[in-house]
Amino acid sequence: MSTTRAAPASSGRRAAAGRHGPGTDPDDRRLSWRDRLYRFDMRYMPYVLIAPFFLIFLVFGLFPLVFNGVVALRNYRLDDPTLTGWAGLANFRQLFGDEDFWNALYNTFGIFLLSSVPQLLLALIVASLLNRRLRAQTWWRVGVLLPYVTPIVASTMVFSVFFSRDFGMANWVLGLFGIGDGEPINWRADKLHAWIAIATMVNWKWIGYNALLYLAAMQSIPRDVYEAAAVDGAGPWRQLWRITVPMIQPVIVFTVILSTIGGFQLFIEPMLFDLNAQAATGGPDGEWQTIAQLIYKVGWKDLNLGYAAAMSWALFLIILVVAGINTLLTNRLSGGRSR
Amino acid sequence: MSAVDTAPPRPAATRTRRRRAALMGRAPQDTPAGIGTYLLLATTMLFAAFPLYWMFVIATSNDEALAQIPPAVTPGNRFLVNLDEVFSLQDVYFAASLINSVIVSTVVTVSMLFFCSLAGFAFAKLRFAGSRWLMLFVVLTLTVPNQLGVVALYIVMGKLGWNGTLLAVIVPGLVTAFGVFYMRQFILNTVPDELIESARMDGATTMRVYRSIVLPAIRPALAVLGLLTFVATWNDFQWPLITLGGTDYPTSMVAISDLASGNYVIYRRVLAGAFVATIPLLIMLFIGGRQIVRGIMEGAVKS
Repeated sequence: MSTTRAAPASSGRRAAAGRHGPGTDPDDRRLSWRDRLYRFDMRYMPYVLIAPFFLIFLVFGLFPLVFNGVVALRNYRLDDPTLTGWAGLANFRQLFGDEDFWNALYNTFGIFLLSSVPQLLLALIVASLLNRRLRAQTWWRVGVLLPYVTPIVASTMVFSVFFSRDFGMANWVLGLFGIGDGEPINWRADKLHAWIAIATMVNWKWIGYNALLYLAAMQSIPRDVYEAAAVDGAGPWRQLWRITVPMIQPVIVFTVILSTIGGFQLFIEPMLFDLNAQAATGGPDGEWQTIAQLIYKVGWKDLNLGYAAAMSWALFLIILVVAGINTLLTNRLSGGRSR
Repeated sequence: MSAVDTAPPRPAATRTRRRRAALMGRAPQDTPAGIGTYLLLATTMLFAAFPLYWMFVIATSNDEALAQIPPAVTPGNRFLVNLDEVFSLQDVYFAASLINSVIVSTVVTVSMLFFCSLAGFAFAKLRFAGSRWLMLFVVLTLTVPNQLGVVALYIVMGKLGWNGTLLAVIVPGLVTAFGVFYMRQFILNTVPDELIESARMDGATTMRVYRSIVLPAIRPALAVLGLLTFVATWNDFQWPLITLGGTDYPTSMVAISDLASGNYVIYRRVLAGAFVATIPLLIMLFIGGRQIVRGIMEGAVKS
């Protein structure tokens, strides 16, 4: 009995046990509390350390995602608690015939194209500018992050004034170039102009962030790749497109996926660009209503949570499909030549 | 070298070609930036900073400044007047909303750092059954967009009776998979196994190892993760709007959107409020910009 107890103990612990002398009852549990503490510490403490993360994450992160699928199959209205029970696929069927949904999908896609393509191209250019031996290097890198730390709520309010019809700065600047001189552009009157305004906000916010992601990848390109390139006499511009871009392709794919996930959940910009934000309609006629906005409207203005949940699932699937397609496209466009 | 110096001045075209030839084969990061690069970067900075500057211009102006062509581009002198108006509004408690934002962001940041570094430590340095599978689970959930679960999250919060309270905003943010992943990577790379082994020999418990060895070593990572978390939490809007919208005491982002709704929006007020709510983040960028840059760039290389 005493040998088994002493086996896992270190010298310090054996001394502690020895203090009690050999005459003690072997069943006396006080003897081995240090050993048991030690054993508990080694065997179970790791689980104690990861438990808070898993508990909170399972309850408030993962469970809602799964439970969302259940809600989507049920009748769940905030204004009529008596209407419960399984709805089957009714919420999903409603989706296919819902003009608002297709309109929102169209808007989301349009704004996504107008924001992600210029955003990532400009980020590449900014990154290649930052990827030089610069004076005050840190200062420039921090500077491009100004939009990243600015609350989207705050910047959207600024852009909202910027794109106002009568006294907006956008129209004034365009007027200097003779655009819209006679009649100022009403940025909230039609889809294309509203999309451009919102895409501008998204581009402004994310170019610097993506540029830093690209910069990190650019700096890990082995130097001898550029030495080899000198043989074909490539200038900086060709160097960027023919060497740098194919070399950082994995990060480009990563940013495409990130901006797909983010772009298809676009919410703050379309919400607050609206002069009547609380309605969540995205313009008088839904000109720029995105899916995330429609989910909010259906769930918390129309109080139909079941339908909103179904829409969330649809959005999830759409993001998966679009992210997959975009990954394939990006692979083709950015790395094809080097393979 | 002296031959070049004494040679008669060459036509500019030849000089450019020679310069280009000298630079060729050098990696871009070893090439000193030319004046063109600086000009383009300065233009980029101008675009990045202008909306912030203009926010300040409007926040300091009167109503007329917003209704003129060309638009005002220099700050006015009414910042304090506009601020006073925002803070003394009767239907939006702006000061309280700022305090709420401070509470939410601070609690979330501190808890993120604590719980994620604990879990990251366990995954990086401790042996336990199932650790590989559990870590794989963390990595897989990295990319799942939590926003898609907001409907169900709202129902869960309803059952708990937390909707409309700060708990609803705080608790889901207490941990993230990214935080655990980031901490694990950092601890794996910076804390030597031998150090932990020798502490174990001296009879140190797991928590003792965490406190005396891991915590001091991961300070830089805590700074990075803390800054990124604080910024993200402070700026969060969709979920706070859903659960706190319509209550008297939301977070500052929701309060700004309240200022911006109604039939007649007074933009100098809205933007004065928005500017105040942006200042803490600008200070953070100013002080911790280096850390934020590093956090973003490290994340890029590892993913």
